[in-house]
Amino acid sequence: MPISRDFRGRRRREAEPDRLPPGQYLTDDFPVLSAGPTPHTPLDAWTFRIVAGDEERSWTWDEFRALAAETVTSDIHCVTRWSKFDTTWEGVSVDTLLAEVEHDAAYVLAFCDGGYTTNLPLEDVTGGKAWVAFGYDGEPLDPEHGGPARLLVPHLYFWKSAKWVRGLELRDEDEPGFWETYGYHMYGDPWQEQRYSGD
Amino acid sequence: MEALDGNAIAGLLHDVFGAELTVAATVCGHCGAHAVVAECEVYLGGPGAVARCRSCRGLLAVFVEVRGVTCVDLRGLASLVV
Amino acid sequence: MTAVAEETPRARTLSLEVPDWPDHRAGQHVDVRLTAEDGYRAERAYSIASAPGEPPAITVELLEDGEVSPYLVDVVREGDVFEVRGPIGGYFVWSPEAGGPLLLVAGGSGIVPLRAILRHRRLSGSDVPARLLYSSRTLEDVIYREELAGADGASEVVLTLTRDRPLGWTGRTGRVNVELLADVAWPAGDEPLAFACGPTSFVEVVAAGLVELGYDPARVKTERFGATGGR
Repeated sequence: MPISRDFRGRRRREAEPDRLPPGQYLTDDFPVLSAGPTPHTPLDAWTFRIVAGDEERSWTWDEFRALAAETVTSDIHCVTRWSKFDTTWEGVSVDTLLAEVEHDAAYVLAFCDGGYTTNLPLEDVTGGKAWVAFGYDGEPLDPEHGGPARLLVPHLYFWKSAKWVRGLELRDEDEPGFWETYGYHMYGDPWQEQRYSGD
Repeated sequence: MEALDGNAIAGLLHDVFGAELTVAATVCGHCGAHAVVAECEVYLGGPGAVARCRSCRGLLAVFVEVRGVTCVDLRGLASLVV
Repeated sequence: MTAVAEETPRARTLSLEVPDWPDHRAGQHVDVRLTAEDGYRAERAYSIASAPGEPPAITVELLEDGEVSPYLVDVVREGDVFEVRGPIGGYFVWSPEAGGPLLLVAGGSGIVPLRAILRHRRLSGSDVPARLLYSSRTLEDVIYREELAGADGASEVVLTLTRDRPLGWTGRTGRVNVELLADVAWPAGDEPLAFACGPTSFVEVVAAGLVELGYDPARVKTERFGATGGR
C-alpha cells in the first residue's frame, strides 16, 4: 500500500502527548458525522424519558431546562481518530435525572430521534461523568451536532455521546446499540483504544 | 450533514459484492418504495456507511468495516435485485 | 500522477497513469485513497474528467476544511503515487446509445462528470443535442470555461453566477430554481435525458424542478457530492 508523500489528513495541531489517547490526532475542526438525517423535533413535542421496567419518568423541554445545569469543559475523542481539546458544553448531569427514578439497573441504552441507540454501563453515566447537553461553545446546541440535546460522555469515544437523545432505558444486561451491533466496542475507552469489539 | 446517494458507496459495494451495484433495484422493507441503489440516501457516518430509503428514511442497509472485514446488514431491504 | 493542470485558482486536473486501466465510461468516478506515513488513511471519490479513450484524469477543487482536497491541490506533484479504485459507476453514465436530448445541470464541481460526458459526445461524433446549465459562485471558479464555451462544448451553455459577478456581466445570476430550469431546459415533451450533479441541496432542487416541469423521474439522473469535504 503506497504511502502518499507528505499526506497528513485534517489540519492537526501538536498535543501534549499524555493528553492524547493512542492513535488519535488533535484538530480544531468539529466534523459532522451521522447515520441519518438531522431530526427536527419541535421543542413543544420534545421529551426526555428515563425508563426502568414499568416505571417511567419524563420531562418536557421546559421541565428539563428548569433543572440545575452546569458548564462542562472536556476533551472529546472520535473513533475516526480525531480529538478536540477543551470543548465547552452546558448540560444537565445524568445524575440529576437518574435521581428521580428508583432502579437497580447496571446498564443503560440511550435512545434517540431517528432510532439511533448506544449502550453504556450505569457506572459510566453517573458520578459526574455524563450530561444531557443542550449548549455547546456558549450557544444552543446546533441540530447538526445533536441539538436540541445530546448525551455527553466525554471519557468514552464520542459515538457514545448520542446525538438527538430522547432518553435512557435502564437495563440489567448490556445490549449492543446501533454501531456496537456491527462490531464497534461495547465499552469504548479511548485510552485503551477500544474501537472495535475484541480490542 | 447532507445525505449523499448510492453513487457514494459504489466502490464499497463493488468490493463487497464483486459487482457494479448502483443500478440494482431495491425495495424498501419499511414502506415498499422502489429505487435503484444510486437513488438511495447514504450517510457516511464515521464508523460506517448507512443507506436509507429516500421516501421514508427507513434504514435499508449498514456497512461497517472492522479490521479489514466488512459487516453487511441488509435487513432493511425487502429485496435487492442485481 | 503524471501531470497537473491548473483549471481555476482552486481547481486542478490531475492526469493519472493507472496500471491496467480498463477504460472508463463518461460519468464514472474513482475512489482515491491516501495513506500517511503513520498509517492514517483517508478516502474520497472524484469524478473522472476525461472521456472514454483518454487517459484517466480527475479534477479536484480545494475545499477549505477539506481533508483530501488540500493535499491533491497543493501538495501533489508529478510522479507522486496514490491508490485509486475504479472506474466505478453504472448509473450516472452516458454514452451516445443512451440518446437525448441531453440536459446537463452542474453545481460547482459537479461539472466534472458532465464535462466527461460532453467530451465523450464530441469525441465520438455524436449529434445528440446537449444543453449545459452550470451554476458557479463566481466566474473565476468556472472550470473548463474555454472548453465549454468553444465548439467542443454543448450545443448551448448557460452559466449562472451565484455569489459574485464581473463588471458588465450580462449573463444569468442567482441560484438554479424551477424558473431558470423552465427557461433553459429542453421541454419535457422532447423526452430529454437529464444529469444533475453537485452538492446535495443543489441536486435536490434541480431534480424536483425538472420533475415539476414534466421530466420523467427515471430520466433524471442524480449524483450528490458532499457539501464539504467531498464524498
